[in-house]
Amino acid sequence: MSDHDLPLILGIETSCDETGVGLVRGCELLGESVASSVEQHVRFGGVVPEVASRAHLEAMTPTVRRALDSAGVKLSDVDAIAVTAGPGLAGALLVGVSAAKAYAMALDKPLYGVNHLVGHVAVDQLEHGPLPKPAIALLVSGGHTSLLLVNDLATDVVSLGDTVDDAAGEAYDKVARLLDLPYPGGPPIDKAAQRGDAKSIRFPRGKWGDGTYDFSFSGLKTAVARHVEDADRRGEPLVVADIAAAFQDSVVDVLTRKAVDACVEHGVSTLVISGGVAANSALRTLAEQRCREAGITLRVPRPRLCTDNGAMIAALGAEVVAAGLPPSTLDLATDTSLPVESPLAG
Amino acid sequence: MLLLAFDTATPAVTAAIGESGADGSFTPRASASSVDARRHGELLSPTIRSLTEEAGVALADLGAIAVGVGPGPYTGLRVGLATAHALADALGIACHGVTTLDALAFATKRNGPFVAMTDARRKEVFWARYDDHLTRVGEVAVERPADLDTGGLPLVGDGARMYADVFGEAASAPEPVYPDAAAMAELALYRLHRGEALPEPTPLYLRRPDAVVPGAPKKVRQWVR
Repeated sequence: MSDHDLPLILGIETSCDETGVGLVRGCELLGESVASSVEQHVRFGGVVPEVASRAHLEAMTPTVRRALDSAGVKLSDVDAIAVTAGPGLAGALLVGVSAAKAYAMALDKPLYGVNHLVGHVAVDQLEHGPLPKPAIALLVSGGHTSLLLVNDLATDVVSLGDTVDDAAGEAYDKVARLLDLPYPGGPPIDKAAQRGDAKSIRFPRGKWGDGTYDFSFSGLKTAVARHVEDADRRGEPLVVADIAAAFQDSVVDVLTRKAVDACVEHGVSTLVISGGVAANSALRTLAEQRCREAGITLRVPRPRLCTDNGAMIAALGAEVVAAGLPPSTLDLATDTSLPVESPLAG
Repeated sequence: MLLLAFDTATPAVTAAIGESGADGSFTPRASASSVDARRHGELLSPTIRSLTEEAGVALADLGAIAVGVGPGPYTGLRVGLATAHALADALGIACHGVTTLDALAFATKRNGPFVAMTDARRKEVFWARYDDHLTRVGEVAVERPADLDTGGLPLVGDGARMYADVFGEAASAPEPVYPDAAAMAELALYRLHRGEALPEPTPLYLRRPDAVVPGAPKKVRQWVR
């Protein structure tokens, strides 16, 4: 069956500060649109849930319309609606889920409440085709840092490890504040690090070699804070480029080491890295090098698809529909901490 | 024309479906209300679906939607608005806003002055003064019950019931406590029939988001300086 005969899935994502809508058939991305409220969060140094929720409500139907236009399809062409049911911010999730239910009711089409984290992995299929089974996925963003064993996107995802404190992207944001760099911290730190010497400072590598696939970044953040305060106390100028490079080196070293170890231990030859931090150049470079050395195929979606969007939810919806799973009911509840083992909510 | 009305700006989820008459009247064909402040998102869509089944109509038969725009606690309020926006978008029909306190006031049928108020959380109420069930005086507002000058008028709504200890005798007959979608539909049609504008279907928040611009990062070495 060609993708053309597959059901047309409309995906809706509102778990954080991006209102995303995407249209997908099988592994083909037809169109998508994202409205971000990030500008409204900048002065607060992080996402303010109520600000994000208000923005979602304003952006929801216009984003659906833009996505439909970009895909060149009509709402009446849609065969099923997929929506992020969790994990995410409660008020933000509820806007997308409420709208998705209304679209499903009005169009008389099935509704699927799906998992945001698994969506980040599923989106890679839109770029690189069907994912080999099994695959390992490293999910790194402002809200999540997870290592997953993906046996089947729709039915069998196993969590191997998670951050025990801050998410990797959150550590970037906090360190950026210490260095007087703007929010979100990923891009400015990545840029500053390119002029710095990663070996000039030795920052700790949290949970390095502890035999788990868990991560920890709060100790690293505190070490950077100590370094900054000590330099301040001694009246020394801050070498932002070196600090950024050394911090980034610590983060990507642990991330890539554990991801490759997981592939080797589970005999898996494909690693997917996704989430907002996957756009980081140091992470991509080191992952490419280590995967090459270990004979692992690395798949990283393009940055636009790595960050939160509706196409990732439609991509997972397509998998769930193809697996023949039952649709969600209209009383579908949001779940702010939906476990990654549940690709389909409820 | 078939009209669907609903409101999620109070602990109640209320919805009604019915026909509008040429004289601006509303004839309900099905209506339902339930009270559960924490489950608006789970309750609203199933309620709408069961109303269409009870009335023997399809959503595609709808001619317009009326939705409560609050004021009301934000998360629940947005469930109604997000649902209304998406339904209207998918069906290609008009979506009208109705101020929730106005719908509550309308349902009292009172001919004299009174104050309507609903719970705003954080020990505050959303409130407005009315000369009668159709006539609001001034804007809707949010305030702490103890700071509110009600002018000794009778009070209605769950805000009055919640703070009966503050308001005393004036809050002795707060019914109706929650808005009713059939009354909301009736009010919307009454206004439209008279050529009066209804509010845009956008939320009345009345408060800015709770957010503080952060200060300098906390020191990790307490002994510094």
